[in-house]
Amino acid sequence: MMRWVRGFLAGVVVLVLAGNALAIDPIELADPALQERYRDLTHELRCMQCQNQSIADSPVGLAGDLRREVRELLESGKTDDEIREHLRARYGDFILFRPVFNWRNAWLWVTPVILLLLGLAVAMRVIRQRARLAATDTSSPDDPVP
Amino acid sequence: MNRYLLPGGVFLLLVIVLYIGIQRAPQKTVIPSALLGKPAPQFTLPVLGRNESFSSTSLAGRWHAINVWGTWCPECRVEHDMLLRIADSGELPLIGFNWKDDDAAALDWLAQLGNPYSVVVADRDGRAAIDWGVYGAPETFLIDDRGIVVHKHVGAMTPAVWERDFLARLPRAAALPGAVTGAVTGAVTGAVTGAVTGAVK
Repeated sequence: MMRWVRGFLAGVVVLVLAGNALAIDPIELADPALQERYRDLTHELRCMQCQNQSIADSPVGLAGDLRREVRELLESGKTDDEIREHLRARYGDFILFRPVFNWRNAWLWVTPVILLLLGLAVAMRVIRQRARLAATDTSSPDDPVP
Repeated sequence: MNRYLLPGGVFLLLVIVLYIGIQRAPQKTVIPSALLGKPAPQFTLPVLGRNESFSSTSLAGRWHAINVWGTWCPECRVEHDMLLRIADSGELPLIGFNWKDDDAAALDWLAQLGNPYSVVVADRDGRAAIDWGVYGAPETFLIDDRGIVVHKHVGAMTPAVWERDFLARLPRAAALPGAVTGAVTGAVTGAVTGAVTGAVK
């Protein structure tokens, strides 16, 4: 029994560690705080070539160049926002996985709210109407269907 | 009748929205450049195959096109003949931007296929390309005489694209055959440009 458990645990450990082997980017920054910001930033910037991967996950050359750019900007003391803006100015909104609100995409953000309010208004009207009907309805559920 | 008005209207709106979506679908993979209407990024890069460097400041005052290419890029081979034809026509100086390439391979390519470029710079580590928002070769930028990025084409250059997106944007004097590739445009004012155009006609 003990042997089975031990074997199982060893398997789990191997699988957990195996994730590291899959990491695309072997480079670590010296400062752990910078490394953490680096990891977060590279995960929220899009690889422009593959488009559905972040630059942290992509093996293509351009993603590597962009990671180097982020690293150098971090080391030169730029804030996260400055780095996002730096890349957005070059590649456009599309490089940000977390899009910013602006006038061009405002309708994307606002439409769901408008639709929700519209739905609520319709629901309210229907409920009110039904309530009024119920109050004036003198028939009984036992009445035969006309 | 009135009770069909709202659902009918919503349906019609949906049809219109989806129709526009389908019409624009082929362009979805092309990401518009963030640089349009903005000053072109400056660069100083080594000249391919020569022991000197080239600064983009020397392009100031004239219309030019910057073509991003690499020998590793199959589409670049596709557009190469078109680039040679553009170079022959002398309509616009083409600046070659050799992106993340091997110098020897790039020189080989130009020796074998012909060199359409006025000058070729080598961005070996891809740093300058990031300033330009380059994400996949070939890409071609059109820069005006004030140094503003006017247009960017992603993908192989074709006669239709060249005609529609590049030549059509040039001021008329610069597009004239024989006009010394934009140098004229930089020097003369609007009034003179008009006069020249009229005279040649």
